[in-house]
Amino acid sequence: MKAAPFDYFRPASLQEAAERLSVNSDDGAMILAGGQSLVPMMALRVAYASELIDLNAIKGIDTVSRSERGIAIPPLVRHADFHSSDVAPGPLGHVLATVSRHIAHYPIRQRGTFCGSLAHADPSSEWCLIAAALDAEIELLSVSGRRRIKAKDWWAGVMETVREPEEIIVAVHLPLLPDDIQWGFYEFNRRAGDFALGMAFCCYRLTEGLITKPHVALGGIEEYPRRIPEAEAVLEGATPSAEVFGEAARTASKAVNPLEDPATPAAYRRDLSATVVRRALTSATQTKSSPALSA
Amino acid sequence: MKTDKEAMSRSSHSRQVRKSAYIGKSVPRLEDRPLVAGEGRFVGDMNLPHQLWARIVRSPHAAGRLLAVDTEAARTMPGIVAVWNSDDISDIPNIPFRATSIQGLGPYTQPILARDRVRYVGEPVAVVFADDPYLAEDAADAVFVDVDEDTKPILDARDEPGEFAPGASTEPVIINKGYGDVAKGFRTAHRIVELDLSVGRHSGIPMETRGALAEFDMVNEKLHLWGATKRPHWNRDRIAEMLDMSPAQVALHELHVGGGFGIRGELYPEDILVCVGAMRLRRPVKWIEDRREHMMAANHSREQHHLIRAAVDSDGHILAIDETLHHDQGAYVRTHGARVADMSIGLLLGPYAVPAYAARAHFRLTAKTPAATYRAPGRFEGSFVRERLMDAIAHELQLDPLELRRRNFIASSEMPYARNLSALETEVILDSGDYSGLLDKAKRFAGWEALKSEAAERRAKGKHVGVGLGYFVEKSGLGPSELVRMTVATDGSVEIVTGAASLGQGMETAIAQIAADTLGVDYSRCAVIHGDTDKIAFGWGAHASRVTVMTGEASRLAAEEVRIKALNMAAELLQCAPDGLFLDDGVVHHVESGASVSLAEVAKALEPASSQRGDRSPGLTAEAWFHNKHMNYPYGAHIALVCVDAETGHVKVERYFVSYDIGRAVNPSMIEGQILGGLSQGLGGALFEEFRYDDTGQPVSVTFADYLMVSAAEMPETAVQILQDAPSPLNPLGLKGSGEGGVTAAGATIATAIDDALQRPGLVRRLPVTPQYLLQRIAEYDAGQHDARQSDDLTGACE
Repeated sequence: MKAAPFDYFRPASLQEAAERLSVNSDDGAMILAGGQSLVPMMALRVAYASELIDLNAIKGIDTVSRSERGIAIPPLVRHADFHSSDVAPGPLGHVLATVSRHIAHYPIRQRGTFCGSLAHADPSSEWCLIAAALDAEIELLSVSGRRRIKAKDWWAGVMETVREPEEIIVAVHLPLLPDDIQWGFYEFNRRAGDFALGMAFCCYRLTEGLITKPHVALGGIEEYPRRIPEAEAVLEGATPSAEVFGEAARTASKAVNPLEDPATPAAYRRDLSATVVRRALTSATQTKSSPALSA
Repeated sequence: MKTDKEAMSRSSHSRQVRKSAYIGKSVPRLEDRPLVAGEGRFVGDMNLPHQLWARIVRSPHAAGRLLAVDTEAARTMPGIVAVWNSDDISDIPNIPFRATSIQGLGPYTQPILARDRVRYVGEPVAVVFADDPYLAEDAADAVFVDVDEDTKPILDARDEPGEFAPGASTEPVIINKGYGDVAKGFRTAHRIVELDLSVGRHSGIPMETRGALAEFDMVNEKLHLWGATKRPHWNRDRIAEMLDMSPAQVALHELHVGGGFGIRGELYPEDILVCVGAMRLRRPVKWIEDRREHMMAANHSREQHHLIRAAVDSDGHILAIDETLHHDQGAYVRTHGARVADMSIGLLLGPYAVPAYAARAHFRLTAKTPAATYRAPGRFEGSFVRERLMDAIAHELQLDPLELRRRNFIASSEMPYARNLSALETEVILDSGDYSGLLDKAKRFAGWEALKSEAAERRAKGKHVGVGLGYFVEKSGLGPSELVRMTVATDGSVEIVTGAASLGQGMETAIAQIAADTLGVDYSRCAVIHGDTDKIAFGWGAHASRVTVMTGEASRLAAEEVRIKALNMAAELLQCAPDGLFLDDGVVHHVESGASVSLAEVAKALEPASSQRGDRSPGLTAEAWFHNKHMNYPYGAHIALVCVDAETGHVKVERYFVSYDIGRAVNPSMIEGQILGGLSQGLGGALFEEFRYDDTGQPVSVTFADYLMVSAAEMPETAVQILQDAPSPLNPLGLKGSGEGGVTAAGATIATAIDDALQRPGLVRRLPVTPQYLLQRIAEYDAGQHDARQSDDLTGACE
């Protein structure tokens, strides 16, 4: 469990990192931010990087920035930076604070990054689920310029994204959430801190007692997290109730194409997808303005 | 129980409390200071000048013909001193057995590097020696292993046996045990109850992986090996045989060890490769296993399938048991031979009287990492099977499961009770026990009735909460012998040398307590020297919960002899008769006159050149042997309260109780620690831990993200009750062992508590009870019920 030989480069700016990556990405150069997935994978020799381009010396990319419409999360913002709901205004801050506590263990959260999670694209990544659920945009930089990808177009498979090898994620953009939003998150894993076997994030607003603009997203179930439009359709315009939530949950479980592995049959994940959606929705009705630890 | 020292302290020294009364006290552990101060010395901490690092190249294939192991590219890489495949060590024999009386297993032993065939993923096929561990791993990556996958790997011990080698089947032996007229029992049965049960593959995962450091001392032509503990003397003798040396030319040295659990410290291929490397390359060689290697190379354990049938009368008395075991040994037969399969059926019956018994163990090889003993081997599995059977009988006859157990217990008046069975090459004779009495105490301790009502109340509110009890009999104090040499230095400190070993279990403290209590000194002045073949000629190491019993009694005998010698010398120094003297806290007192002399002074008086010594033999020292042909049998019960989330399949263990009769508790808090640690491993096997393989034989549980161990967050609130109602008659202090009782009944107990929580008797048939298994099993169970119960009715979370 010692990494194969690799070169190491420590750029002083994102531009320098992008230039370096444009030269070396074809040979297998990779970006190092938190390293909580990449470094163990290199130690296990299941990932081989010819060169690590370490972003950690770059100034000014470790703080969440706010605008009227949302927040931008640059590459060196760690999971633990979301422990406080002050990280973003309004309900979004509470959502991120709640979800951050489900990511692995405390020491890992001190180092791992939001952008790194999006780049790594593990199906069980909490941040990937949130990005999918809240329609995030991922901003990429390369020597050819910048581009933005919508979350729904981001993933290409298990741990695969549309990012080109010479591109760096320089920010993930999340929209603010309205103050009256109802939201719920539920994650199931075998032990505290384990990868999720299944998780759901749901949110909606109430207009005259009826659900509007529902978002239902599942993670850990399929190749990558995504919103489930069939379940959202069940909720749209309905009155919140156990029956409606149950119907949405069942609909979601029918709509998914679950992963299978030697430990977990697809049928289990399909079952679980209904459970986590229903529990997320149920906790959402109970959500008031400050639900930081409700899930 | 009354001991002669207690009696003595009352009669001849009743005016003051004996300061050296250590047996039974929870004194602090002597060995902890360096461990908690970061000053421990593990094999990973140890380095020698000019040492090389070994890296093992392992088979990436589960089964196939080994066409070539190409080491050319690796050999020329920077820092590489040598790369060997099996051709380079063809003169080294396979790893021999230490623990089997079963013949015919020879063809199944493991070569130190694969020859002709590879048989599991992780099997050593080549070894790299390099100046640096990183370079060694890089070069190991460059060794090309060419394998023709000419057969499909066997991955289930219940499959038809295949061919291991020409003329050798993958079923090396079927072990038969039994007694009595089983056919008659089944002919006359009121009911017959049959179960098909399985236990998954898991093992001890010590915090410290394996490691070895070998040096060949060319001046003295002596090979030194650090790191392989557990059985130092046996390992020394086998290494000497394998390398064609005298045992006197080989020395094994124990260092600190981060857990053993039965799997660490056996003789493995890597230990031999390191020794051969040191001898041939004339440089010390170090090897430290990484975690991924550990998961696919160190002994696995537990995987068994049981088909068990019981014949019972209308009162629930067992008339006969018929048992068929399929034991998944993995790819080779390692040092334990067929011991685990053998003892699984030899110790299966636990606390119950069974008039007739027939068992057969199919000991079978598969394309997995070889298996051997892991804490409570055969008993974790067997207790699950036996206690599941008792629950099934109770359900069949509509009897209370605890009452059914009580009806079948062997009575304390029947002790010692010969089973007419053997295990670990000894006759199973239950030495002492009050099984019914412990059941009463365990129920009271846990508040059984209150737990049952609480569970019922919470079930009435829609939660799935249940309570279960598992009863078990352990075994401990395996002989045959242990030797102790005890010496009092001229400063009054005591050195106790034993051939037993420490795996971190606290043996230094326990042995010091027994020695100090017997001799009459401060226990912290007793240094226990262990695990070093150069320090003592004989030793049997640390395994089978034996050290406190075997080394403990040998230490008591040695201390008694030293005490007599000390009193004899002191009598002359104090000018009085020895029988008026009393030795306590390192000082010999004359009770009547109040005169005293320290043990240090006594030791000085016995120095070879001392004018006071007279014709006494020099030195305040003694050696004593303890020989023991039979094991003793501690016993106990586990009780659990669990809550099941029937929508996810998650099982939360909320509360846990262990009652354990140890005969005589030397250090209650250390015993409690043993039980808690054991319990965490037992719960792991019951709910979490499993080595899984895909259908090509690739292991898929080789990191801690896939092989799930119990962490602090999963440990329930636990209470431990230590009982001393049945001291062993096999040693004067009544000692029994405590190493395994925390593990033994955990699987049995969790299974029955889950059944109760979901109100589905006989639901759990397999361990570990993963969420995936549980939901699938509920669906299967409900589909098989006539009352068409719907699993949709089941509800979720416990909160």
